[in-house]
Formats: sequence, C-alpha cells, structure tokens
Amino acid sequence: MISRRTLIAGAATSSGLLLSGCERIGNTKAATSLLDSANDFTYTVQRSLESRGALAPEFTAAQMSPNFRTNGNTMPGSPDYARHLAANFADWALRVDGLVASPLTLSMADLKAMPARTQITQHNCVEGWTAIGKWQGTPLGLILKRAQILPQARFIVFHCADDFWGHNYYESVDLIDAFHPQTILAWGMNDAPVTVGHGAPLRLRVERQLGYKQAKYVMRVEAVDSLKSIQRGKGGFWEDQIDYEWYAAI
Amino acid sequence: MAINPELHGGDLVKRHRLSTRLWHWLNAFTIFVMVGSGLMIFNAHPRLYWGQYGANYETPWLEIHNDGPSHGHLRVGPMTIQTDNVLGTGRFEAFPGWATLPGGYDLAKARRWHFFFAWMLVLPWLAYLITSLFNRHIQGELAPTGDELAPKHILHDIVEHAKLRFPTGAAALHHNILQKLSYLGVLLGLIPAMILTGLTLSPGWVAAWPWLNVLFGGRASARSVHFIGMSLIVGFIVVHLLMVVLAGPINEIRSMITGKFRLPEEGSPSFVPGLIIALRSRFAPAKEPHL
Repeated sequence: MISRRTLIAGAATSSGLLLSGCERIGNTKAATSLLDSANDFTYTVQRSLESRGALAPEFTAAQMSPNFRTNGNTMPGSPDYARHLAANFADWALRVDGLVASPLTLSMADLKAMPARTQITQHNCVEGWTAIGKWQGTPLGLILKRAQILPQARFIVFHCADDFWGHNYYESVDLIDAFHPQTILAWGMNDAPVTVGHGAPLRLRVERQLGYKQAKYVMRVEAVDSLKSIQRGKGGFWEDQIDYEWYAAI
Repeated sequence: MAINPELHGGDLVKRHRLSTRLWHWLNAFTIFVMVGSGLMIFNAHPRLYWGQYGANYETPWLEIHNDGPSHGHLRVGPMTIQTDNVLGTGRFEAFPGWATLPGGYDLAKARRWHFFFAWMLVLPWLAYLITSLFNRHIQGELAPTGDELAPKHILHDIVEHAKLRFPTGAAALHHNILQKLSYLGVLLGLIPAMILTGLTLSPGWVAAWPWLNVLFGGRASARSVHFIGMSLIVGFIVVHLLMVVLAGPINEIRSMITGKFRLPEEGSPSFVPGLIIALRSRFAPAKEPHL
C-alpha cells in the first residue's frame, strides 16, 4: 500500500516538476512576450474602463498608518545630495525640460508658492504591504502647463538624485497619469517636510500605481516622446533592472 | 431531479457537457499556475494583516518566518507551528521552490504569470457562467432542490460519504448535495471572491472601482481574504482529487475528457473499498474468521 507520506511527497514532486516545466516554457522568448501581452491588455482595459480623472481612494486622518515604513534608497550617496541636505535643500532646484516650450528651474520656494494639493492616500507596494500617509505637494499638471509641454510629448520622466550600483533611479508615466489631479510632486508628508527616508525634498506621488513608481529625490522632470534612449529603455529603474512592469497599476 | 428509471448500473451514459469539460481542464491548469505564482508573490512579503493598511510596523495575523538554513515557523494568531524544512527555510522567504512559479525568488516573473492567467481565469469563468445559465446547467444540475437542502438529507449524505458509500446506478448520474454545494461554492463564491480581492490589490482597479476597497475593508484585508480563498480552493482540489480516486479514477477522468460515464453497478462498492475487498480476497488466507 502506498503510504500517505509517499503520496504527499509524490504530489509535491509532480507539482514541482510541472511548475519547473512551466518555468522553462515561460523563459522562452515567445512565452515571455505572450505573458507580457496581458499587461498591455490590462492597461488598455483599465484606461477604457476608468475615467481619466478617476481618483484613487482617499482616507481620513484616523485611517493613517501610525508608522509609514520606508523602502528602496533611504539616503542618497552622492556628495551633491549631502551638500543639499546640509543646507536643508535651500538651493534645491527642480529642472523641467525636454519637450517643453519654456524650460523651467523651480526652487522649493517657487514650488510651494504654486497651488498645492493635500491627499491622504495608500501606498501600494509591489511586495504586498500597504501604508497610508498624508502627502502635500504641487500638482505635476500645473508645472507641465507652466513649462508649456509640447504636443509631441508622450511621457514624463523623473530623474532622481539616488542610485543603485551607479544607476540613477528614474521613473516615467504617461500623460494621463502626469495630468491626473492626484499626481503631485510632494514636499510635505504627514504635516511635516518629506523626510530623507521618504524622498526629501521632492517625491512623486502617482496614486493609481504601485510604490516603485513613486520616485524619491526628484531633481529633474523631462518630457519625452519615447523612453527607448533612457538607460536601458524600459521607462524606470526597476523596469530596467529586474523587469517590473512599466504600467504598475496592477 | 428525478432519477431516470431506464438507466441501470453498467450503462455508459453522457455525463458532462462540452462546456464543462473544456472549462474544467483549462481551469485545472490556470489554477495550478495561479497558486504557484501567487505563492511566489506572497513570498515577497509573507505577512498578512487585517484593515486598510499593513506593513512591517503592524502586527500580522499570519506570518511565515525564516529562522535559518533549515528552520522556519508559521504563526497564525497566537499559534506557532514549527515548519522546519518546509516553510520559511533555506533561501526561501516562506513557500519553498517546489511550490512556487518561478521556483526561485522572481517577483516580476511571478506577477507576469499571475496576471496573464488572471485573464484566463476571469474570461472563461464569465463565459462558463453565461453558458451555464443559458443551457440551464446551473438551474438544472447544480441548484439544490428544497428536499436536498433539508438538514436530514445533508447529514445523511455526509454519513454516506464518510462511509465511502457513493450513489450507484442511475442515481450516480446526478450530483449529490455535497457536490452541488461545493461546485456552486467554487463557481459562485470562491472564484468571484478571488477575482474581486485580486482587483482590490491593484491601485488602478481600486481607482476605477472604489467600492472594492469598501467591500473588503481595505487592501490589507483584501490580501488576507485572497490568501484564505486560495487556501480554500487548494482544499477543494485536494478533496476533489480524493473523491475522484475513491469514486473510480478511470471512469471519472474519462467522463471529464470524453463526457462518457459508466454508471456504477447497483449494490457494488465504490472503487477503493472495492479494490481493498478484491485485494483482500486475493491475498488473504482462505479461512478468514467471521467477525
């Protein structure tokens, strides 16, 4: 008689073999592009089902995480950043360039002088954890309008002051998310300036996407028509390095 | 449903519709991939919380912890279970490589598998639901009748199952009440719950349909319900496979491939008890004391 132990071990082994078979097929080029196609399909379905301005849920102050954990880089390593930090970001300047009619250089004071938006939203990490925090910042749409974004621009790229292994962090979004009312460059978090761990002095909030899109330490906003020529061309640091999806709303 | 008096044990009859057979095998593969890739995604943060939020500062109600090369433990509420060499062990955060897709830590790949097959779960499920309403599979074959729902009847079926006594003859053509309830539970309960909790984890879908977050009480809760739903589906599959083996695996699997099912002979024991009796009489000493 087959013992229960053998049966369970047999089931585990066969499922393991079947899974590794799947894995091998999944690693072929054809299967990879087939699997990838689901992300494009979801992007199309989501964009057609939701209205452009559909808002991510907002919460009350009572629903906020008591402690909002940090993730990714929590202290950029460059001497330049250290100098800005020592000066309390007094001369931090956000460059806005690329496919815009009038490139801008905005100081923190310039940004704070513009109309601001405050929102209590949830941070959805790709790993599965969630934290709720209050963000205050300048709507990206206002900045792009002021720079007179050109009609041929299709993506907005965020260049950051931090790096991993010498590759600067960057992220990008389409124009729908760039002009979304909740998309802000945040300088305030939980009623205080954004801390270094959370991306001081400026952090992108693009609330309908996952955590890795929320670029920290933003120093330059660039309007482009293609993402191909930036680093490895996939539109973001983690997209380039470990193949996370560019459209991170799932 | 009335039992057809024309049918008898031993008859080869049509059992499963084409739509049921197609959906069954597609789903068998889809759910296999969904569970494997889902467990890999879980490994990225092997902790579950209740509420709107939940991260490392919060106390999870379930966590799998890696305690070194061959030690790990699972904690559910106040209960801790040592899971050495199975969960949270070696280089695996929580679930071991033989249970995950891919077999090593690869969140990007696991998510691609998961979200491709999510569509393979959702679209055929919708198609099957609509087909099964139109061809009256749900109303005719899955919906329990009032008599079947009587506690006495359900209890009787549970006792019969426990004794491994399954319906024979024409009665075997119809689902019994335990089958009806579990199949309906999966079709109309678990699968939609998995789809909706899955959507609640996605910031894009929650923006499109904010009621999702309200329905499950937040993303952290939805993730917990998603995991519990997965566990129930795995439990269903284990029991389902066990019942297939007990009821006669060849006949059962054939009926799900060709649709043809041989009705068990009236009064015959079902497959495994039958096998045991046959083996006993083959190998047992000639003189068996009467008990």
